[in-house]
Amino acid sequence: MAGKAFRVRIVTKYCKGCGLCVEACEKGKLYIDRRPNEQGYMPSAVRDDVDCTGCQKCAVMCPDAAIEIVRLPATTAGASAKQ
Amino acid sequence: MTLPGDGKQRYNVVELMTKTPAETRILISGNEAAAEAAIRAGCRFYAGYPITPQNELIAYMADQLPLRGGVFVQAESELAAISMLHGASAAGMRCMTSSSSPGISLKQEGISYLAGSELPAVIINVCRAGPGLGQISPSQSDYFQSTRGGGHGDYRTIVLAPATVQEMADFTYEAFDLADKYRNPVLVLADGMVGQTMEGVGFDHLPEPHPPAKPWALTGAAGRPRNLVKSLCGVLADVVKFNEKLMHKYEQIAQELHRCETVDCEGAEVLIAAYGTSARMAHQVVKDPPGALRGKLGMVRPMILWPFPYEEFASRAGRLRGILTVEMNAGQMIEDVRLGVEGRCPVHLLPRPGGAVPTAGEIADKLVALFT
Amino acid sequence: MKNASATGGELIRGRPECMTELVTHYCAGCGHGIVHRLLAEIIDELGIRERTIGIAPVGCAVIAYDYIDIDWSEAAHGRPPAVATGVKRCLPDRIVFTYQGDGDLASIGMAETIHAANRGENITIIFINNAVYGMTQGQMAPTTLVGQKTKTTPRGRDPLTEGYPIRMCELLQGLEAVAFLARVTVTSPERVREAKRALTKAFRYQMDGVGFSMIEVLSPCPTYWRMTPLDACKFIEGTMTKTFPIGVVRDVGEERQQKLQGERRTKT
Repeated sequence: MAGKAFRVRIVTKYCKGCGLCVEACEKGKLYIDRRPNEQGYMPSAVRDDVDCTGCQKCAVMCPDAAIEIVRLPATTAGASAKQ
Repeated sequence: MTLPGDGKQRYNVVELMTKTPAETRILISGNEAAAEAAIRAGCRFYAGYPITPQNELIAYMADQLPLRGGVFVQAESELAAISMLHGASAAGMRCMTSSSSPGISLKQEGISYLAGSELPAVIINVCRAGPGLGQISPSQSDYFQSTRGGGHGDYRTIVLAPATVQEMADFTYEAFDLADKYRNPVLVLADGMVGQTMEGVGFDHLPEPHPPAKPWALTGAAGRPRNLVKSLCGVLADVVKFNEKLMHKYEQIAQELHRCETVDCEGAEVLIAAYGTSARMAHQVVKDPPGALRGKLGMVRPMILWPFPYEEFASRAGRLRGILTVEMNAGQMIEDVRLGVEGRCPVHLLPRPGGAVPTAGEIADKLVALFT
Repeated sequence: MKNASATGGELIRGRPECMTELVTHYCAGCGHGIVHRLLAEIIDELGIRERTIGIAPVGCAVIAYDYIDIDWSEAAHGRPPAVATGVKRCLPDRIVFTYQGDGDLASIGMAETIHAANRGENITIIFINNAVYGMTQGQMAPTTLVGQKTKTTPRGRDPLTEGYPIRMCELLQGLEAVAFLARVTVTSPERVREAKRALTKAFRYQMDGVGFSMIEVLSPCPTYWRMTPLDACKFIEGTMTKTFPIGVVRDVGEERQQKLQGERRTKT
């Protein structure tokens, strides 16, 4: 996977904080935020200090289609660890 | 192994009742009050299917009926439930089902069979908005279905119309006596409001039930000629005779059954006609009428819709400037009110179809617009 | 794809095209959400959005039509297979599916389900089995487990008076006209991918004219099981699958596909 990196984005409007993505993530990159969204749910949130492997298991589990997976361009792969 | 649903119930109605002293009232919903009254009336078989807004009734029956000597069945559908009633009634048991509008539609064939077989049964309709799937909000749009006989053929069901949680209890209790007395299905026509509203209700005035003997019931032909429960008539002459028998029965019921609440009708020039939840709202206007109608406004609240109390309107029509029928539908009971007045005074409609409840303000405004 | 990333990079997975913008009314962790998303993904991937017609149930998914942007019809409780028969027989080249819960499909609609299967209607039935009636607030379903407490089994389902949970795939298995019956679940990413493969196969079978398919999905109901979404998934894996085994129950689709291809060849 040299030169490849991925980002996970939670579209918080849809998230109901069910926690299935948190469980599914092999890297422990996701957690439940303490700040509620506009629906009053505590949505999932993404830890910046953990690399996403692009396995998509979080998006596969999400009952609310609230997760986007982005493949970053190879040139910014080195910088992506900080994003 | 933990299974879903393990854990405490929200509250236990019967625990509440055994803990309070006799002759006090408890705060429960109309649906639960009807269920408790049915059990006290000797109902020993209930079949039903979940549908909002009567789920509290079926849940109460599931919890209580087996503990008090009865049988509870959650049927696969409302259609199956009414046929289960056919069996329970034929076996001589006091029996009941409940549903809401779409489920009552499913039961129509079965109700026709009950009437055609002269089987007693109690059916509770906690009416919701239609047509079709509609909504779960309260409505009175099943008046035609209930009073004209929604199923096929020449039959009638007695229709009781409670307006309060206490009446849900009292009328349901009485429905069993009426069903047995006349060997006919009896409909308790409620709506989602009176079904799910919680009010104080007492049960201790309801006497021990004394169901009549049922020599016609199917208990097995031991020591007697066999009994048949059927509505099919083989020979044309028999069909005619049987229908005439039913006609006479319904004439007898129409003479004997009459129940209406009248408020301030003495000297009234304008009447409100309403039943059930509409009457609850109209009552507020009659207690405190708009200025121009003070002393001139009364209300007629039918508590039994079939037989309809035509004479309440017929006897007053000549002295009235008009009648306002307030209904949570597009205009159904108004047809019976018009039949009652026989054209001798105008009859107007305040319709609230689609699950809306009329407010006292709306009723007052309409009266002012029409009569001042 | 919708919601393209604003910060550069290629969006490789996002909200399916044919899902609407609405936040669903389903509870957090409800299986309906996962299956709706899979359906939407499949409709996008097979490119059938403009010729697919869904039939919605009475149940929690009564407004499923608000979430997937295709033609839909409502049906009376339990009658979607009959409604689907009407649509499909009139428009055989459209893709017609029903989406039903356990009350709709196995209780009031039992006759419609069995007879649509028996006639071999070329439709796809998606059966969401959560062992309880959710929308009406938690009564027994035909698939409620023995001992499970519900509002109408307050002391737990008793086989003596309520019978046993019904295994619908196994019930329909003996009907000759049926092409494909499979039971799946959505409790983990692997299971969700398995479920998507089964659903996709069922839709492809319909597109190839193979006949009746039903996919039963064991679905978590955190609210009426009184569990967290995660525990509900564990409950399915640990307990529910003992009554409702995961797997293919009947699949004669491939033989039929080959037979149909053979017939088409001889015609040309």
